[in-house]
Amino acid sequence: MNKETILKLKEEISKIFENNIDIKKLNDLKVEYLGKSGKITELSKSMKDVPNEEKKEFGMLLNELRVEFTNKFDEYKEKLETEELNKKLASEKIDVTLPSTKIPVGAPNILEHIIEEIEEVFMSMGYDVVDGPEIEEDKYNFELLNIPKGHPARDAQDTFYIEDERILLRSQTSPVQVRTMLSTGGKEPVRMICPGKTYRRDADDATHSHQFMQIEGLLVDKNISLSDLKGTFDVIAKRLFGENCVTRFRPSYYQFTEPSVETDISCFVCKGKGCSLCKNTGWITVSGAGMVHPNVLRNCGYDPKEWTGFAFGFGAERLAMLKYGINDIRTFYQTDLRESVHFDRKDVE
Amino acid sequence: MISLNWVKDYVDIASEDLNELAVKITKAGVNVEKVFTNRIENLVIGEVEECTDHPNSDHLHVCRVNIGDTTTQIVCGAKNVRKGIKVIVALPGCILPGNFEIKSGVIRGEESNGMICALFELGLEEKNEETYAKGIAEIDTDLTPGTDANIYLGTDDTIYELDVHKHRNNDCYYHIGFAYEIASILSKKVTLPEITHKEIKENVSDHLILKVETESCPYYLAKMVKNVEIKESPEFIKKRLISAGMRPINNVVDISNYVMLEYGQPLHFFDKDKLGDTILVRNAKENEEIITLDKQTRILTNKDIVITDGVKPVCIAGVMGGENTDVDETTKNILIESAIFDSIGIRYTASRLNLRSEASIRYGKGLNYEYTSSAIERACHLLEKYANATILSGTKVHDNIDKTKKVTKFKTSEVNTLLGITLTDKDVETELERLMFDYTKEDDTFVVNIPNRRLDIDPNVNDIAEEIGRLYGYHNLTSTLPSVPTRRGKYVGDVKIRKEISKRLRTLGINETKTYTLTSMDMAKTFKYDNLEQINLPNPMSQDKSVIRTSLLPSLINTYEYNKARNIKDILLYEIAKTYDINYHEESKVAILIKGNYLINDWQHTSTVCDFYTLKGIVENLLDYLGFKNRYTFEAATLPEMHPGMSAKIILDREVIGVIGRVHPSYKKDEIYLAELSVTKLYNKQIKPIKFKESSKYPEIIKDVAFVIPNEIECDIIKNQIKKSGGRLLDNIEVFDLYNNIEDGKKSIAYKLTFKDPTRTLTDEEVMEVFNKIINEVTTKCNVKLRDN
Repeated sequence: MNKETILKLKEEISKIFENNIDIKKLNDLKVEYLGKSGKITELSKSMKDVPNEEKKEFGMLLNELRVEFTNKFDEYKEKLETEELNKKLASEKIDVTLPSTKIPVGAPNILEHIIEEIEEVFMSMGYDVVDGPEIEEDKYNFELLNIPKGHPARDAQDTFYIEDERILLRSQTSPVQVRTMLSTGGKEPVRMICPGKTYRRDADDATHSHQFMQIEGLLVDKNISLSDLKGTFDVIAKRLFGENCVTRFRPSYYQFTEPSVETDISCFVCKGKGCSLCKNTGWITVSGAGMVHPNVLRNCGYDPKEWTGFAFGFGAERLAMLKYGINDIRTFYQTDLRESVHFDRKDVE
Repeated sequence: MISLNWVKDYVDIASEDLNELAVKITKAGVNVEKVFTNRIENLVIGEVEECTDHPNSDHLHVCRVNIGDTTTQIVCGAKNVRKGIKVIVALPGCILPGNFEIKSGVIRGEESNGMICALFELGLEEKNEETYAKGIAEIDTDLTPGTDANIYLGTDDTIYELDVHKHRNNDCYYHIGFAYEIASILSKKVTLPEITHKEIKENVSDHLILKVETESCPYYLAKMVKNVEIKESPEFIKKRLISAGMRPINNVVDISNYVMLEYGQPLHFFDKDKLGDTILVRNAKENEEIITLDKQTRILTNKDIVITDGVKPVCIAGVMGGENTDVDETTKNILIESAIFDSIGIRYTASRLNLRSEASIRYGKGLNYEYTSSAIERACHLLEKYANATILSGTKVHDNIDKTKKVTKFKTSEVNTLLGITLTDKDVETELERLMFDYTKEDDTFVVNIPNRRLDIDPNVNDIAEEIGRLYGYHNLTSTLPSVPTRRGKYVGDVKIRKEISKRLRTLGINETKTYTLTSMDMAKTFKYDNLEQINLPNPMSQDKSVIRTSLLPSLINTYEYNKARNIKDILLYEIAKTYDINYHEESKVAILIKGNYLINDWQHTSTVCDFYTLKGIVENLLDYLGFKNRYTFEAATLPEMHPGMSAKIILDREVIGVIGRVHPSYKKDEIYLAELSVTKLYNKQIKPIKFKESSKYPEIIKDVAFVIPNEIECDIIKNQIKKSGGRLLDNIEVFDLYNNIEDGKKSIAYKLTFKDPTRTLTDEEVMEVFNKIINEVTTKCNVKLRDN
């Protein structure tokens, strides 16, 4: 045994790893050189036969040889493994453009969509969202609202009576306001909206529906004015129809408010220039409103000398038809999934 | 329709731009929908200078017509066309009513540059045999040829079409009332029309006995005129009636309409000789009959008011006159009625008889009693002037009308509070003067007398504030927000839980629907699983909307069918709505329908097909979300319109809160799964607050076990026994396999049992002890076998 043997072996090793080796051959090489009777192992065993003065150098060379082999081996193994993995990954490549697994879409009803938007605005201004019965007493639906029997206002709200002229399907959501006011005993301020279903004897067609939704609201407190109503209406109009929306009040008439107004928004299609949507007026009427009539306040337990308030009412269908360009009111009650699917998303702020 | 030429009689608007005025009026509250003129362009006065027979026709004429600057040739077919008469010529470019445009042309070889018009061709007379026979209009005028013919015809009027709100209908529906509105807006005064007339000594009382035997006629005035001369009305009356949309008939009828359009007070003229000497106003008798002016026999009820001659009805009060006392060409003596009837009663009668006349509409709105007497005097004035009538002295009067003055007391500050503005007392005085409301001041309190013509104003400060506000201009209000404490609003009552259910179901991919509360009887008869009796509307509009539903399921199936018909295959729907039973008991419900695939991946064949267990999973997910985890069970049940082997009641805290199941195949072939839960019942249950539960740090031990079970024993029975036998160390039980028909009439269910102790590591021995106990007890107590392989 001598240095030459080691150097020869070293040369042999570097040559071997220059060839193409598969993983089996690689493992065989490990046995051939480092196995129990491998070439390097054998050399180590012969260490005892090396003269003492050469032992140190021989040992060093032998160690270098072992490190050399191990490094080459590891390096080659890693190379093979990487190749193997790349091959596997290549074989696993998918077509990312194939269609996804469809997670079902849960769209809201379009009316609920707009109602939720309005609720959010009013709740942020401190209004509670209140609900009331759809089968009502004439008293709450009409009489306490300053609409006595025989009043012409009743003709316009052709009502579904259920029992005599006492029990009816509510023709407006205003009875919820009455009930809310009565519940405080005339002592507490009120801030509420009451979206809900209402019913009138209209034959269903593209613009009429025997069932429809109102979003009415009421604020009763001290020193509340028509200007406060105007400011409040501005907030909701801008939220629904954009920051550039301009509002206008026109005198109007409702039995339960005095003064009464019709609230218009500037036409969002033509920006006020005049188009078919606004019938060339530049304005679109979106709600009716006014200061709560002193008779109504009194009927509901409030002293009109002390308390004032305003009330307003939107038609949910009308708002949705305007906002989304819907032409047929039946759309809301048919739920064509091909249409409603578009409402399963957040809207622009 | 308001004629502005007419309004000019009462208020000075000569210098106003009528389009701008319309905008001002609209801003102040009466909506002027349309401003238009009845002007016809390219219509001039012509003079026929030559008229010869048409060479190629036996009835046409060829005329040379002077139209001012020039003379033009026109072919005319009228018999009365001749040299020397003045006529109305429609020149090329003129568009006559009916969108008939006049063009130059050649008629049977002769050039024709226009048309010589008859009045009916201008829309100023009805087209009938009589007017046709009159031929072209021969006009008697000093106006020179070429002059705008509209000046002659009075078709130079501006007309406002109003959309008046109910409350202003009574005063803005007639010209004097509307003149007051304009005068207020423009701060001007109103001049009322002339009502004076001569009266002879002979008194109406010599000819008439008046009796009123109904409370529905609080005010009745009657005057008599003699020897009327029935003829055509003067031009101004005809023109104005036309402007207001009424057709002139004869001077007498026209005067009654004219006065109605002035004062808003309908008048009725009886032929006095046909009437006799008695007027008795009373309620009609049941089934009493009258033939009305339109020759229809009307059958009356005791809610209708009639004018009778003491015996038989001669007029349905406020609605339509009777044929038997009708004014015709032979009429000489007239009894004029000016009255007020109960507006509700008139509306009722008019709508029951489907007879909405100009008069009944006005009675229905209510009338000002002051004008009831002005109108009758005005009619006498006009009949004297334009029908040579002789007016008898005296008026027969029945007067039971409430003449209480409407008085409002208020302070400026109250108006300011309501409107959110800062008027001074002086400003308020100015506004009251504009409104022409009489007032006095007691210190700082205004005392206002509301004029009777404003029936809409109630004596309270809000009504005054409205009047002042609308003149002040709502566009001048500044937007403010109420000064109220800041807070966030909340959902009151069960609104919140409805929102939460909605939110969850949408998250689970189910689409919200909204359907009608009113359904058909056929629909209402189905899915009556809770045996509630429904409300049938006493007067439904149609059979398909005649019942108030007790379940949402039939409507949901309708929506399903609607979408299916549109080729949609995978349909997931829910609705939340209120239901009512016959006792008006309200219950909010949520209904869910699923059909087709839930998760869809066709090309990988991994779609999840909706079945009973999908819907059960959705319901459980919802109930868990609402805080009811581990409190509910599903109990097999036979339910109407549901598959008997695939339906169940949903039970929460021992109360049935809903149902679930597949639609019975004989009801609907499609594999539809439905569930309906009572939101009201869920809302009424308490839930516990969320608590953090730390997961065990010690390892768990899992054991699998399978039993062979007779088909009729349900999975939950075994599961409950396992739970009971497993005790404290058994942490969880999952079903991981089901093998149907493992033996005849038997199935095998495999359970995965998880054992855990939160405080220590379990030993195999103690787990085995519990595990064996479970097997022992399940096999003996449930009478099932352990599956051995």
